[in-house]
Amino acid sequence: MKKTKQLLACLVLMAVGLGTAHADYTLNLMQGVTQLSHELYDLHMLILWVCVFIGIAVFGTMFYSIYHHRKSKGHKAEQFHENTTVEIIWTIIPTLILVGMAIPATKAVIDLDKVQESEMSIKVTGKQWYWEYEYLDSGVRFESHLDEASEKAHRVSSIDPRTVANYLLNVDRPLVVPVKKKIRFLFTAADVIHSWWVPDLGWKKDANPGFVNEAWTSVDKPGVYRGQCTELCGRDHGFMPIVVIAMEQDQYDAWVKSTLEKQNQAPDLSDQPRSVLMAKGESVYLKNCVACHQIDGNGISGWFPALRGSAKATGDMNQLIGFIQAGTSKMPAFQKLPDSEMAELITYIRNAPELGNNVGDEIQPNKITPKWDDDE
Amino acid sequence: MTAVVAEHDDHHDHEHEHHGPEKGWLRWIITTNHKDIGTLYLLFSLVMFFVGGTMALIIRSELFEPGLQFVDPNFFNSMTTMHALVMVFGAVMPAFVGLANWMIPMMIGAPDMALPRMNNMSFWMLVAGVLLIASTLFMEGGAPSAGWTFYPPLVMQTGKAFPFAVFAVHMLGVSSIMGAINIIATIFNMRAPAMTLMKMPLFVWTWLITAFLLIAIMPVFAGAVTMLLTDRFFDTSFFDAAGGGDPVLYQHIFWFFGHPEVYVMILPTFGVASTIIPVFARKPLFGYSSMVYATGAIAFLSFIVWAHHMFTVGLPVAGELYFMYATMLIAIPTGVKVFNWTATMWKGSMTFETPMLFSIAFVVLFTMGGFTGLMMAVAPVDFQYHDTYFIVAHFHYTLVPASIFILMAAGYYWLPKWTGNMYNERIGRLHFWLSAVSVNILFFPQHFLGLAGMPRRIPDYAVQFADWNMVSSIGAFIYGFSQLLFVYIVIDTIKGGTGVKATDEVWEDARKHGLEWTLPSPAPYHTFTTPPELVPTEHV
Repeated sequence: MKKTKQLLACLVLMAVGLGTAHADYTLNLMQGVTQLSHELYDLHMLILWVCVFIGIAVFGTMFYSIYHHRKSKGHKAEQFHENTTVEIIWTIIPTLILVGMAIPATKAVIDLDKVQESEMSIKVTGKQWYWEYEYLDSGVRFESHLDEASEKAHRVSSIDPRTVANYLLNVDRPLVVPVKKKIRFLFTAADVIHSWWVPDLGWKKDANPGFVNEAWTSVDKPGVYRGQCTELCGRDHGFMPIVVIAMEQDQYDAWVKSTLEKQNQAPDLSDQPRSVLMAKGESVYLKNCVACHQIDGNGISGWFPALRGSAKATGDMNQLIGFIQAGTSKMPAFQKLPDSEMAELITYIRNAPELGNNVGDEIQPNKITPKWDDDE
Repeated sequence: MTAVVAEHDDHHDHEHEHHGPEKGWLRWIITTNHKDIGTLYLLFSLVMFFVGGTMALIIRSELFEPGLQFVDPNFFNSMTTMHALVMVFGAVMPAFVGLANWMIPMMIGAPDMALPRMNNMSFWMLVAGVLLIASTLFMEGGAPSAGWTFYPPLVMQTGKAFPFAVFAVHMLGVSSIMGAINIIATIFNMRAPAMTLMKMPLFVWTWLITAFLLIAIMPVFAGAVTMLLTDRFFDTSFFDAAGGGDPVLYQHIFWFFGHPEVYVMILPTFGVASTIIPVFARKPLFGYSSMVYATGAIAFLSFIVWAHHMFTVGLPVAGELYFMYATMLIAIPTGVKVFNWTATMWKGSMTFETPMLFSIAFVVLFTMGGFTGLMMAVAPVDFQYHDTYFIVAHFHYTLVPASIFILMAAGYYWLPKWTGNMYNERIGRLHFWLSAVSVNILFFPQHFLGLAGMPRRIPDYAVQFADWNMVSSIGAFIYGFSQLLFVYIVIDTIKGGTGVKATDEVWEDARKHGLEWTLPSPAPYHTFTTPPELVPTEHV
């Protein structure tokens, strides 16, 4: 079956003159890397085969009839139009098949719900348009954005997505988990509904603002597993992927240790040359600003204001910092942005040739003084 | 009709006693004739089919290759939203109302619809509602882009278009409810004396049940969007957790409307298929009464399965299990219908004119949509399928090669009765084969995409999804452009078609199957001013 479909697919692709028929597409659900995902895969295959079998029986009968019982072959129509026995049979048999399917399905529903007795918990918050992860046991906390290569490739038409590794399925900071450990996930959202899906784990779960959902997993083998947001969450719904890296316990422990060390380090507020500020500022911009203000700083007319030549962006620097920290009804408040990143961002916004601005000044991290609440 | 016309007509020299149509373009504005209004509905839905289709082709163009080539992601989201709204409320539903207007009076031996002036009003409210929603495309912030489901809180981020979209939904709802009341009143009060309920053609039966569904659900949808409106403008918090509300509450209300709504589009489809297949199999419909009961059962079940659209939203285990079992039950009456159609063909004497070709393709391809529906009914595996291209493939199989194919079949089947001319069978068959092949190139690969992990409603995708997206887009363009053949055939048939005048019966022995074939072709402006004494009982 699979062979035939692949053959058919190749023929279709060759027919339209494409050289890409070798690409690594798949036709079926992945088996995944958890006990749950295997259970769901088996259930999926069971129902698929039941459907294929019924399909062959029904369509076979129909096509036999279409071939033999046609007027052009001189077949005379019979006039029967009722048969209670037959009707009862074809009501009861499907009912029995459904009962047969419902039994393993019920078990799977119950298994999916077994979040109790987990060994660690991770809180996942969906935001427009990135994920925030918080390890409730160790205190590790970070944001996970689409990686820079994909971010640039989908915004700049001259970059071919095929040249970008894991295009749209890569993030700057992946979620790291230990293997063979029962992990409980808690899902919520900050703005609109998102949905967290890694196919290899076997499920997706909605992240609803103001509410907490639960799910669990226990990854069998180390590896990198990729997924995406699956609930329409606005403009950049297609650009907030998920990457999970599963590793052995000792490696994981080392990762937690080093991550915590970095997280708790005092921020580096030393002076930087303009070029370093600009380079780092671009990363900050791509992570936090580009979704609305766009890669060329033109914004989107009617939705998001332009930064290119904007009086606010190129005017008084301290007012600009206060504005970014306070946010507006549309723009989130960036009061938690570290001073170093704020300095990089401000310098970039005011001087980036990509944004068409050239004020010619800069600000160092230790000069970021006003806090958003001072402004009120 | 005459009274209304006389009041507004400047040309008092007209003789209204002979009951002809109004002269000139005004006929199409003020008409209360069921055939005129049926024609208006059908032509309007055909235009909307191409409007919605153009939006679909914009979507498929953007998805032809990875990367963003043509549109901004926000406009892309507007297109998916508007494509759905236009196709559901502008194309499929009005097309079936048009068929109901034309055919129900002729099938039950009635002179017209029971409430002709309201009939006119419901058509023009539909036009106003669709124009209003279309006008949002040109508003600041663009057309609604939160999906046709209007889920909060996302829908609250809609720009100036928001209140207009809500008001358009209200108008479409009022229009649908008026149409539904009219159909129920007509079927209950205007049947020929010999036409008992259990002798009615299945198209009439399915529409009767559909009309009750519409009356039950449209107010629910109107209520849901009104709550959105007050949340946004009047500081209520129905769906805002910050004020004690719950965004998931909206989904429950919406799908209480939404699930019966999709059956509104499929039940009349069943009715037309059950009308056409016996005629070309030259056999009575198999299991008439079980068809009626199955339709009733499907309609009943449609009200108690809504949360199967929400398996991943965080339902309690008991909820997951209940909605899974209830949804799986739908497979039983639906299976009965498919078996009945197959048994109707069995040992018949089949011919394969265009209406029959489309009907057979409907049975096969709708069943495929039914299979994927059964797969998704199983809640745990829906945790994988949900909101991927798998569901996109599923509901398009139950809408395009099902509802749309059957609407095409109905067009070919009744055009000779409507116009008095035969359509061009060769081009009709060409239209069928192009549609049947391309629709599968279009939608079948979307199953693979969904299973491989491609979410729906994304304007750009990872490179491993590229091949099947390209195949799907190619299918979309072939399918889209081959529908122009249908437009050509309709115009050609109205103008005279093949030159062969249609007989009253049009199809061999059709008279045995439906009252409409006892009338002249083209059907006169007023028919059955006195009810017929005998009705066909072939199917009973």
